Parts: sequence; C-alpha cells; structure tokens
Amino acid sequence: MSIRHGLLALLERGPRYGSQLRTEFESRTGSTWPLNVGQVYTTLARLERDGLVAPDGEDAAGHTLYAITDTGRTELREWYERPVDRANPPRDELSIKLAMAVGAPGVDIRAVIQSQRHATIRAMQDYTRLKATALAAVESGQSRERDDVAWLLVLEQLIFQTEAEARWLDHCEARLVRLSLPADRRAAAPEPPQAAAETTAPTTTDRPRTARTRRA
Amino acid sequence: MSDQRQSRQPVLQLERLVRTHGSGATEVHALRGIDLSVHPGELVAVMGPSGSGKSTLLTLAGGLDTPSSGRVLVEGTDITAASRKQLAALRRRSIGYVFQDYNLIPALTAAENVALPRELDGTSARKARASALAALEEMGLGALADRFPDEMSGGQQQRVAIARALVGDRRLVLADEPTGALDSETGESVLALLRSRCDAGAAGILVTHEPRFAAWADRVVFLRDGSVVDETLRSHADSLLSGQAGGQ
Repeated sequence: MSIRHGLLALLERGPRYGSQLRTEFESRTGSTWPLNVGQVYTTLARLERDGLVAPDGEDAAGHTLYAITDTGRTELREWYERPVDRANPPRDELSIKLAMAVGAPGVDIRAVIQSQRHATIRAMQDYTRLKATALAAVESGQSRERDDVAWLLVLEQLIFQTEAEARWLDHCEARLVRLSLPADRRAAAPEPPQAAAETTAPTTTDRPRTARTRRA
Repeated sequence: MSDQRQSRQPVLQLERLVRTHGSGATEVHALRGIDLSVHPGELVAVMGPSGSGKSTLLTLAGGLDTPSSGRVLVEGTDITAASRKQLAALRRRSIGYVFQDYNLIPALTAAENVALPRELDGTSARKARASALAALEEMGLGALADRFPDEMSGGQQQRVAIARALVGDRRLVLADEPTGALDSETGESVLALLRSRCDAGAAGILVTHEPRFAAWADRVVFLRDGSVVDETLRSHADSLLSGQAGGQ
C-alpha cells in the first residue's frame, strides 16, 4: 500500500527515524490520512525485511535512523512510473448502500440520495474553504512551499472526488426517475446524461410536456 | 464597501414566493412558496435539476418578473409593490446581475461598462468613471480598464461583469450560471472573486449546476419542482480535518 511508498519517498531525501517520518508524511498530505507511530514502525520492519531500507545508526538523541537502499530506490522509481492498480476497486460504502437500497422495502431511495448529496456538498464546501486558504498561502509565497503545494493537491483531489460523487448521485436520481416511468413515456423522456458533463439530472422528466415550458 | 457590517438586515428576502405560468390544464408551478433570506457577506448557491425553478427564482429576486404571490424585499423595500420607476431605480442602485454570457456592451471599454449603471442613475460621467476605476482596481482588474470586451478573455469579461454588478453602493449580486461558458480553472477564479466580494460585505445568489462551484457558497439550497427540498450550512472546516487549519 501507499504508506510503504510514501515512507520510501521521504527516506529518499536522507535517513530519518520513525516519528520523524510520521510527522513528514502528515505535513505533506495535510493529515488527511493520519498515521500512528506503530504503523510507521511496522511498515519500516517490512521494508527492512524486503531489503528496501536498512538501519543507519542513531542520531544524537538516540533515535534509530533508517536509510533507503538501492533496491528501495528502484522500487520507488517503479512506483512513480506505474499507474495505480485498479484491478480491485476499493469497497465503497455509498455504492453498496445504494445497491442495497434499490427496491428495499420501506426505503425511499431518493431520500437516501438527497441526504448523501447534502453531506457531500457540505464536505465540498469545507474542502473549498480549506483550499482557498491553502491557495492564498501558496500564492503569497510566505509558505514552506513543498508541503503547502502538496497539501493543496491533496485537497483538490478531495474536491474532485466529492464532485464526482455529487454528479453520480444526480445521475442515479435521474436514472431512477426515468426507469420508474411507464414505457411509453420513457421513450419520450430524454436520456440521463451519461457523462454528466454539461447538465445535472433532469428530474422533471416525469413531466416531459411541462418541462419544456419552464426555465431553469 | 465600508458599511459592510453595519446592518444585519437581509439584503434580500423572499417570502412565500409563488410563480405559476399558465392556468387550468397547462398550469405550471415554477415556484411553490419559497422563503429565503440573504444577508450581507453571504453567498448562497441554488442548485437543482433543469426545470426546478432556479432561474425563475433569480428573475423574481431581481425584479425582472413578477411573482404570482409572495413578496421580494430588497434592502427592506418590497419590489413587488414598487412602481415601474421605483423598480428601475432599485435595479440600477441595488441589484447587480451576472449572466453566463457576460452581457458587456461591445462598443464600451471595461471602465465604461462598469460606469454605465451609475451614469444611467444620474451620476456625472467623471464621478461614474472614478467609481468604475476604483471598483476595477479593488478587484485586481485595473489593467483591463481601457480594453474592449473583444480584447478580453471570457474569464476577464466575467470579472468585469462582477465589477459592474457591484459598482457603487450595490450590495446584491445575482449570478445565473456565471461559469457556464468558462473552462474549469477560469470558472474557479471567477468564483473566487465572487466569494471575495461577498467576504467584503456583498450578498450574492449563485445559480449553478456545478457542485464544485456551489461549494464556494456559505449555503447551498436544493430546489426540486419549485420547492426547497434541502439546504446545507457550512460547518467549521476544522472539524472535517482536525488539526488542519492551524497548519497553514
């Protein structure tokens, strides 16, 4: 997993000890994925077992230092060059929840969608606030550049991810509305946007005749 | 902009706003009783599928259309009860619009476009130009003052349109898909400007179908079939990623 490679990437800049790696990992990714020291030492032990890092003496305060090996450097290069593996998509609770909600007795799937949309947009509002602050810090140049830029990229990834989720929810709603129409009216209703690129869900397709006369 | 925090009275209040088109069998309920207040310093995004009433809400808020029932108060004045003359004056002095296609006048420079609403309102040309230049300067657009719309990019034109919407004492900006014609990066910069004008005391309504742009707002209102179905409030961002805000 990426903690391995994250630690290798930090060690490429020179020998470090465990809690130092933890601090640097978190400041680079804005604590989005907090690590505990235990995880760091477990990962270091595995990296050592695999020959990717090696102990490198102690610093003045007695911390055990680790250094990246040549094998470790090669592994790191390959990691940067290799696309992230999509063969096993991570389990996504929301997808599972909606899949279960289809046709579930006593569940209003549109309400499930709306309550998630609410939470998703709200998270986007928060990320966007944080992003505006981070961007201002980077652009004013008064920042520890590398960490701030990295944090900005992580935040923007979170924004894109939540955006994709919000668009997908719109799409699900439109899809469900369309599928719930009788077949003859379904033919007249516009197809929900596949890529959700230009427009959100035309939920009013349940009234194709009036929809045309409305603005919005 | 100096009087920004002076009053907590909403800049815009919509009260039980209803708009129905047609009657009988062809009757369409565009809005079914909307209540919404926008305060100084606040940016509210309105989202919803096509036909949910987003644009109707904006045209009513700006006095471009008349509700079937309900009230629209702009800085305390009921614009549904105003005479045509009062309404026109209110639109010149209090309400600014930003449209998807900018709507700058092609024969006028940026500064002249921004000055126009003030000139129409009877301000001397010299004073109007001075306030236009100040507005452009304040938004970091000073260098564009003497350019014509066709000499500016879409993003620059839209930023000038925001300056025009908020020149003088106007504090209410109504934006209808302002990023619709812009690429994502430019759209972002337009939203950042709108956000900063609201942080400086303006009140804004942003109609958009882009969640990423709506996320710049303090509140997101979801419309469906002419009714508000849901509304988000911005929580304190720190609670989301603990320990973050201090790290900047």
